[in-house]
Amino acid sequence: MIDLHGFGNQLLSGTLVTLELGLVGMGAAVLLGLIFAPMKMAPLWPLRWIATTYTTTIRGIPELLVILLVYFGASRFVNGMADLVGYDGRIEISPFMSGAIALGFAYGAYATEIFRGALRAIPKGQIEAAQAIGMGRWITFRRIVLPQTWRIALPALGNLFLTLLKDTALVSVIGVEDLTREAAIATGYTKEPFTFYFAAAVMYLLLTVFCVIAIHYLEKIAGRGYARGDT
Amino acid sequence: MNWDVMWDSLPELAEGALLTIELVAISGVLGLALAVPLALARVARPLWLRAGPFAYIFVFRGTPLLIQIFLVYYGASQFETVRESFLWPILREAYWCAIIAFTLNTAAYTAEILRGAIQAVPEGEVEAAKAIGMGRWMRLRRVVLPRAFRIALPAYSNEVILMLKGSALASTITLLDLTGVARTLIAKTYMPIELFLAAGLFYLLITGIILQGFRLVEKRVHGVGE
Repeated sequence: MIDLHGFGNQLLSGTLVTLELGLVGMGAAVLLGLIFAPMKMAPLWPLRWIATTYTTTIRGIPELLVILLVYFGASRFVNGMADLVGYDGRIEISPFMSGAIALGFAYGAYATEIFRGALRAIPKGQIEAAQAIGMGRWITFRRIVLPQTWRIALPALGNLFLTLLKDTALVSVIGVEDLTREAAIATGYTKEPFTFYFAAAVMYLLLTVFCVIAIHYLEKIAGRGYARGDT
Repeated sequence: MNWDVMWDSLPELAEGALLTIELVAISGVLGLALAVPLALARVARPLWLRAGPFAYIFVFRGTPLLIQIFLVYYGASQFETVRESFLWPILREAYWCAIIAFTLNTAAYTAEILRGAIQAVPEGEVEAAKAIGMGRWMRLRRVVLPRAFRIALPAYSNEVILMLKGSALASTITLLDLTGVARTLIAKTYMPIELFLAAGLFYLLITGIILQGFRLVEKRVHGVGE
């Protein structure tokens, strides 16, 4: 076993931060996806235009750049807004929040495309049937469309989450004490970069395996009542 | 918004963009060259041949690119033997470390794409090639690989875009690529939003050019045959 010089606990707490970042970022991405996917299919062209601009620009810009932009830009933006409404104090946005927002923003573009595909896959007849029995638009969306969207989108969302989880390493650049940052700190003390980055790599691999199992389980739950291969 | 800062930074950002393109191009070509044998070994029948590439692909796709870069750039220096070997002049340079890390990383992703494509080549075509007496090697060269490349093309264009975005990580090991230049200029001017937006526009431009290039290749490839 490799000698971690007592930095094992830090690496573990970093792993927890990494997982938290992944989950919060993914939550934000899913939320953005659920907002922008219907917009992309809206009959009004300005809505479509906004959604398309969002997905095409974000997907063409490095995640690292988005993270740096949000980190440096968000506090300026929020404080500018606060000034406008007459709030005098300074609002601090933590590196963790900027990192999670940036990841959510970057991956929301991919989530939008996934949800768009899933929404398309729902038979029109079902929506018409729901409306025929008197369901409103919102109830139709919540009771008929959304539950099925999950089932269809889940495998792709799972893959997206695994990619996002690895990209959380980028937030170490803005000082969030995630797994990568903790490894860097330990390296600074011990002068053993290989040992700690290797340990971090192993942790990321374990996290990935753990998440693959969790996603598989979620897919099973979402697919209840469906024959395999039906999705 | 300070437009002057954006305008004045364009020449320096363009230089950074050149390094970004250079990194992506070199590691892209090397990665592709490495990916072909990897993918072929990955679909081979004997376990001992399959196991190596499987583990390689699993590890490189399961860990962050940033960690891989740090392992090459910082990690290698931990060992005396590496520092004294003939490899040190290469591993000392951030430039070559970035190339090595990007190459190894993209090779894993590309190999996985190629594996899927090789397995998607219609069985009938391979059988037909066997039937007219083509040997194993010739089948590979004339039927399986050309077909697989064609099938893999759309997915590979995605991988190149991801590689372009990943190349921004070169800035974390002191290289002055597009992101690196933007970060240095920000340290001088403290105009983060303007400069990152300008760099973002450069990335979008490069993405657009790459996508357009692949569209042309796809058109050509599908124009013949099918």
